[in-house]
Amino acid sequence: MGAPGDARRGSVIYEVFRQERKGQALQHAGSIEAPDGAFADAYAREQYGRRGESTALWVVPRESVHELEDFVDELERNYHRVDGYPLKEKLGKARELAAKSADALSAGSG
Amino acid sequence: MDAREQEFVGYVQDGGQVETDDWMPDDYRAKLIKFIEMHGNSELMGVLPEREWILRAPTLQRKLALTAKVQDEVGHSQLIYRVVEDLGKPREQCLADLISGKSKFHNVFHYPTKTWGDVGVIAWLVDAAAIISQKALLKCSYAPYARIMKKICWEESFHILHGRDVILTLMLGTDEQRELVQEALNRWWGPLMQFHGNPIAKEEDPMYVWRIKSQGNEEARQQFLDGYVPQIWELGLTVPDPKLRKNDDGVWEYSEPDWAELKHVVTGHGPQTAERLELRRRTRAETEWVRRAMLAEAA
Repeated sequence: MGAPGDARRGSVIYEVFRQERKGQALQHAGSIEAPDGAFADAYAREQYGRRGESTALWVVPRESVHELEDFVDELERNYHRVDGYPLKEKLGKARELAAKSADALSAGSG
Repeated sequence: MDAREQEFVGYVQDGGQVETDDWMPDDYRAKLIKFIEMHGNSELMGVLPEREWILRAPTLQRKLALTAKVQDEVGHSQLIYRVVEDLGKPREQCLADLISGKSKFHNVFHYPTKTWGDVGVIAWLVDAAAIISQKALLKCSYAPYARIMKKICWEESFHILHGRDVILTLMLGTDEQRELVQEALNRWWGPLMQFHGNPIAKEEDPMYVWRIKSQGNEEARQQFLDGYVPQIWELGLTVPDPKLRKNDDGVWEYSEPDWAELKHVVTGHGPQTAERLELRRRTRAETEWVRRAMLAEAA
């Protein structure tokens, strides 16, 4: 969603989000250009709702959508993500160690 | 190609997708506009051969179905022009270039619809050929285009059923009706075989290099033959190409399509090109006041 292709004078670009089934997330479907909100609703219905393909639509003026895409992770804080916990190597070692001590134990008792 | 463009090509070839306000090479943007605009033009011009039959459709049900299909296709062109507009070419300019003959539309929409059989063949086989190209666009590197293709493919899937139903009904009718379908198939086979374009190697096709398309022309044509020739044959229809056969390796062999005809037709010299563009020109002028009134009221 962006600035290029500005709407003609007197009309506004709206982004349309649609929900396919109740309970699902709304997903971006496309955009429409309309002179006002009432026309925008009518166009959105025509383009994305008239075949029963959507359970809900969100019609939002493009200008009202704030897009954020710069997510800096300067401290590499991977401790709050799954990829911060690569356990495979440690688990292997731990299993090895456990097996060794069990062997040692049975050798001692035998 | 500079390093940044090189990196971009690598990105899209690895399956990366691009949004409207991401940086993109000028050549990519230009190719996108050209490709998507032609698609929009084709949806808009593609309704004219069918529109001619709304008043002559054999039953009320068919009349309603055909009207709804025409409405769907015009809706597709509106969505598609919107995408072109965001890439920098205004819709008004697209329509002006279409009407003046500067931009192109698909070959199959330059031909007349002589009988109700043609309407069935268009809705079944022309839509089938188109949906093969369109399904491949679901993976287009330009994400806003790929997203609207989802809705478009969904609607095309029942347009094909409508076409197949028209054909099956005729095939279950009289000998005369069956002949009507065979004659229509004979008329449309040439343009259908030309539809996916010349068999240029996909690595040399700029639309594939940029991953605007995700398959080569010949790949699409083979997929069409594989999917639909058996369906044509099982109805007792004959494909008007004596060379057509499926080889042991699964590849279809066929007579060389008439590429000169394809070029001639898409450059604006098809049998119905002038008449259909004239209709667009006229309706555009007649509805000018509606657009003006709507924008004036909002301003």
